[in-house]
Amino acid sequence: MKKLTTLLAATALASMMGSAAWSKTLVYCSEGSPEGFDPGMYTAGTTFDASSRTVYSRLVEFKHGGTEIEPGLAESWEVSDDGTVYTFKLRPGVKFQTTEYFTPTRELTADDVIFSFERQYKEDNKWNKYVAGASWEYFAGMGFPELIKSIEKVDDLTVKFTLNRPEAPFLANLGMDFASIMSKEYADKLEADGKMELMNQQPLGTGPYTFVAYQPDAAIRYKANPDYYAGQQKIDDLVFAITTDAAVRAQKLKAGECHIMPYPNAADVEGLKADPNLTVMDQAGLNVAYLAYNTLVAPFDKPEVRKALNMAVNKQAIVDAVFQGAATVAKNPIPPTMWSYNDAVEDDKYDPEASKKMLADAGVSGLKMKIWAMPVSRPYMLNARRAAELMQADLAKVGVEVEIVSYEWAEYLKLSSDKARDGAVILGWTGDNGDPDNFMHTLLGCDAVGGNNRAQWCNQEFDDLMTKAKVTADVAERTKYYEEAQVIFKKEAPWNTLDHSLVVVPMSKKVSGFMMDPLGIHRFDGVDIAE
Amino acid sequence: MTAIESKATEAAVEKKTATHPSALSEFWFYFSRNKGAVIGLVIFLAILFVAIFAPFVAPHSPSIQNREMLLLPPVWHAGGSWGHILGTDAVGRDILSRLIYGARFSLFIGLVVVTLSVISGVLIGLVAGYFRGTVDTFIMRIMDIILAFPSLLLALVLVAVLGPGLLNAMIAISLVNQPHFVRLTRASVMTERTKDYVIGSQVAGAGTLRLMFKTILPNCLAPLIVQATLAFSAAILDAAALGFLGMGAQPPTPEWGTMLAEAREFIQRAWWVVTFPGLAILITVLAINLMGDGLRDALDPKLKRS
Amino acid sequence: MLRFIFGRLAVLIPTFIGVSIIAFSFIRLLPGDPVMLMSGERVMSPARHAELMNQLGLDRPLYIQYFDYLGGLLTGDFGSSIVTKRPVLEDFLQLFPATLELSLCAIIVAVCLGIPAGVLAAVKRGSWLDQTIMGAALVGYSMPIFWWGLLLIIFFSGYLGWTPVSGRISLMYFFPPVTGFMLIDSLLSGQSGAFKSAVTYLILPTVVLATIPLAVIARQTRSAMLEVLGEDYVRTARSKGLSPFRIVGVHALRNAMIPVITTIGLQVGVLLAGAILTETIFSWPGIGKWMVDSVFKRDYAVVQGGLMLIAGVIMLVNLLVDLTYGLVNPRIRH
Repeated sequence: MKKLTTLLAATALASMMGSAAWSKTLVYCSEGSPEGFDPGMYTAGTTFDASSRTVYSRLVEFKHGGTEIEPGLAESWEVSDDGTVYTFKLRPGVKFQTTEYFTPTRELTADDVIFSFERQYKEDNKWNKYVAGASWEYFAGMGFPELIKSIEKVDDLTVKFTLNRPEAPFLANLGMDFASIMSKEYADKLEADGKMELMNQQPLGTGPYTFVAYQPDAAIRYKANPDYYAGQQKIDDLVFAITTDAAVRAQKLKAGECHIMPYPNAADVEGLKADPNLTVMDQAGLNVAYLAYNTLVAPFDKPEVRKALNMAVNKQAIVDAVFQGAATVAKNPIPPTMWSYNDAVEDDKYDPEASKKMLADAGVSGLKMKIWAMPVSRPYMLNARRAAELMQADLAKVGVEVEIVSYEWAEYLKLSSDKARDGAVILGWTGDNGDPDNFMHTLLGCDAVGGNNRAQWCNQEFDDLMTKAKVTADVAERTKYYEEAQVIFKKEAPWNTLDHSLVVVPMSKKVSGFMMDPLGIHRFDGVDIAE
Repeated sequence: MTAIESKATEAAVEKKTATHPSALSEFWFYFSRNKGAVIGLVIFLAILFVAIFAPFVAPHSPSIQNREMLLLPPVWHAGGSWGHILGTDAVGRDILSRLIYGARFSLFIGLVVVTLSVISGVLIGLVAGYFRGTVDTFIMRIMDIILAFPSLLLALVLVAVLGPGLLNAMIAISLVNQPHFVRLTRASVMTERTKDYVIGSQVAGAGTLRLMFKTILPNCLAPLIVQATLAFSAAILDAAALGFLGMGAQPPTPEWGTMLAEAREFIQRAWWVVTFPGLAILITVLAINLMGDGLRDALDPKLKRS
Repeated sequence: MLRFIFGRLAVLIPTFIGVSIIAFSFIRLLPGDPVMLMSGERVMSPARHAELMNQLGLDRPLYIQYFDYLGGLLTGDFGSSIVTKRPVLEDFLQLFPATLELSLCAIIVAVCLGIPAGVLAAVKRGSWLDQTIMGAALVGYSMPIFWWGLLLIIFFSGYLGWTPVSGRISLMYFFPPVTGFMLIDSLLSGQSGAFKSAVTYLILPTVVLATIPLAVIARQTRSAMLEVLGEDYVRTARSKGLSPFRIVGVHALRNAMIPVITTIGLQVGVLLAGAILTETIFSWPGIGKWMVDSVFKRDYAVVQGGLMLIAGVIMLVNLLVDLTYGLVNPRIRH
């Protein structure tokens, strides 16, 4: 009997799809399978592209193609003078999606907002552990458990967040994927049916596209949400064709089997650019790769020694060899697409002679050091081993003997945080929310020593600026603090800033309206395709 | 490399010579009757020569990057040059030279894996077949367990745990190969053990070790040599597969499988970086398997008839 | 017969326990821990780390973890992925049909081509045909199939444009899975062209995966046939003037098949190992690719559960082969 119903459902769907097969379809060759469809539990961009950016929306949204915040499900908001109370006015009449598996009966209310957040930190909430091993990494990672005092419903369309302390990046955090708004009505129905795990398999939200089906490791299908609050999308069907191999993605794009692909091989970019049917967009990614000295260990505790070592390394050569040009040399700890980037800062010039002299002046000779090379490829550093070898050769020229070490990735992450660590470590960061605090404070703040602050660098002047910027709401004022902090950073040189990698997105010329996103996500709202 | 191989063969042959003066010539008679085997032997010796004398044979260094000549096609292709007969790869290294140096790795892998798995497999198999009983059951259960996994998958996971690299790949491949030797040795020992000459020496007061190694083992050698040849080629294939999956030798090592993995992204732009490393693997493995067939014909009395 | 079956099963249980110990140990042998991997560059507070270790049950003594795991296995709980949080068994069942479909097609191709080729080579022993077939078989047997797959893609997909690059069916066609076998589902869906599309996607992976079993079966068939052709009763039949095809078809083939069937059974492990490479090359959404991806994502819960399940499948198939063999050939039972 069950077989029969599936069969019937199959034919019903098939006939529906059969007619839709000739509608406007955009195929996106995605780079991997999503981990799941509940964005709160995951941290990978692949998952966010497939869930939060398509199916869901948030109280506030990042401006398309930027890192500024604009109204989303919240029409407007007010912040109390002390910066601890945020009151959001919800957009009236926002409908949840209607799907094969659920038909909503009511519109978005404050209850949905409260549910979406409470499940992530209230242990007595049934949804806190609704699948085995559920954990809310971003919610915890952004410090929300300590930050949020309460979330209250004022009326159906008003919701109030009370914080334990003022926190300027809070609004930007609410634009992040983990803050996507779920339907409480849908959740209640799943709970009543005893099928809570479906929340992670059949998502339902208020976003531009409605989820249709997921074929594991093969494809995800969506259709335009006719009730989307910002208007129905121009394309009818959106298909993610999961293609893990970058060369195969490029091949499919050329063959017209898909229209947009992320993350091409550096080697293929030229060939794709030469294809008359394709456009190739690129933009500096929201990331940075660095070499962090351990500033607690002599002689790396002296800024002049660190600076001298920085000057011995030819960073352009690293960018050329590792990225084949698809990256830019970094001088600041934040990428150039981020607001408050201080372009006036001057990088340590590559000058082995001067470096040698500076080392001698600092009384350092016959220095032996370790450089840690990550065992994995990350977007900001494709091949740390190769980069380390180049640095080794460069440093040998100024009389510094380098030993390259590496560990298993989990081990590497753990050991590199150790305050007594021996050696300089190659690592990097990909931004979460486009706020400079997310880079500078997270990676260089005093309270991150022994953790994210791999340089173990605690500079009072720098840290004060971070604290001031964090509690100030005014963006112009914050910008000034961060610009100043970048000057101190460069003077003190706890890192050798290596590169910001370039994000490249090749696509068919038929596609219009696609925008590169500095946050590294792939959004399909506003995208159209010519017949 | 074949050093061990041919030594083993020689040893086997010598043993026989002691009892049977015509064994060596008989062996060569049967081996050389198989034309394929002789061709295989010749190719194998050629690869061996090239591997040993790589620094003299290779036109370039395998690691020097010629930045002016990236992805240069082979010489017979438009745009090719005699300087790089098989063309260059993405960073301008000479493919022919890398293949020549790669032969060293592949043969070395085969040698190490066969040595490791033959030694451990034969020892364990001897023990199991000689002592029987609980020891035997225990050993054979463990072998069953190893054989319950697809060999490549087990090797892949093992390498992931041990850390990617050539050495760990060789250890993993030896481990998944070794049950075949255990089973083979055990089976031969069990048949030999009940034969008159063994019982005779036992009655004559020969010690256990002497019985195991001096009396029984030499008489089980023929199938082991054939199996070792097969294991040699299988090891080269497995190591290349691991390299291809990114878990074997790490770049920039010119190991053939690793070269293929690196070349994959150029599949649509430069067919030669993909084609030649695979061809090298195929030719080497084919040569060894041809020799293996010849060895089997020459050593296996049952098949000699047919 | 019953005793024979029970004997086999009795052997299976300790093997299964051994397999579970091996699969279980891998995740614990790793340096570092899975929780660290979950957060990547983002450093976790020690408190959060401890909380997650506790949540995943990784802070308990090893033997308790193992017995828990074993208990779970008996109730069909193979653990949940660290990355996707989905139950391993569910993913396995969803992906296994893809591998099974590919493997079955490959083995059918291998048998349908391998046995006639082997018979032909044996009957025409020593001829150029025999030499060609055996030469081709040896090349197939020596083939690095990951390279073979790439070559086929370059030629048929890239150069000629005849076959698609990767996947199971064109994205134009979409229907919910009923059996999990694309060939059957595409027929059931009633969409015109769907079946044809599924076939074109299946051809290259099948060829690649069938290569080695095909070579092995052809070689095995030839030598088994040669042995049988030399037997007295065949010679008698020949002297009676029976036509060569009748001799082969009626007498020789049937007797030669016993070792060949065993060989086919033994190819299951080979096929699964081959599937790892084939699926990776063709982005075929089956368990081989799933395992490789999990190894690279360091999703050790999946690796652990997947190893168990795959070993289970192989053990089951071996048991079936043993039992069939026992039925066909009663002498073995004792």
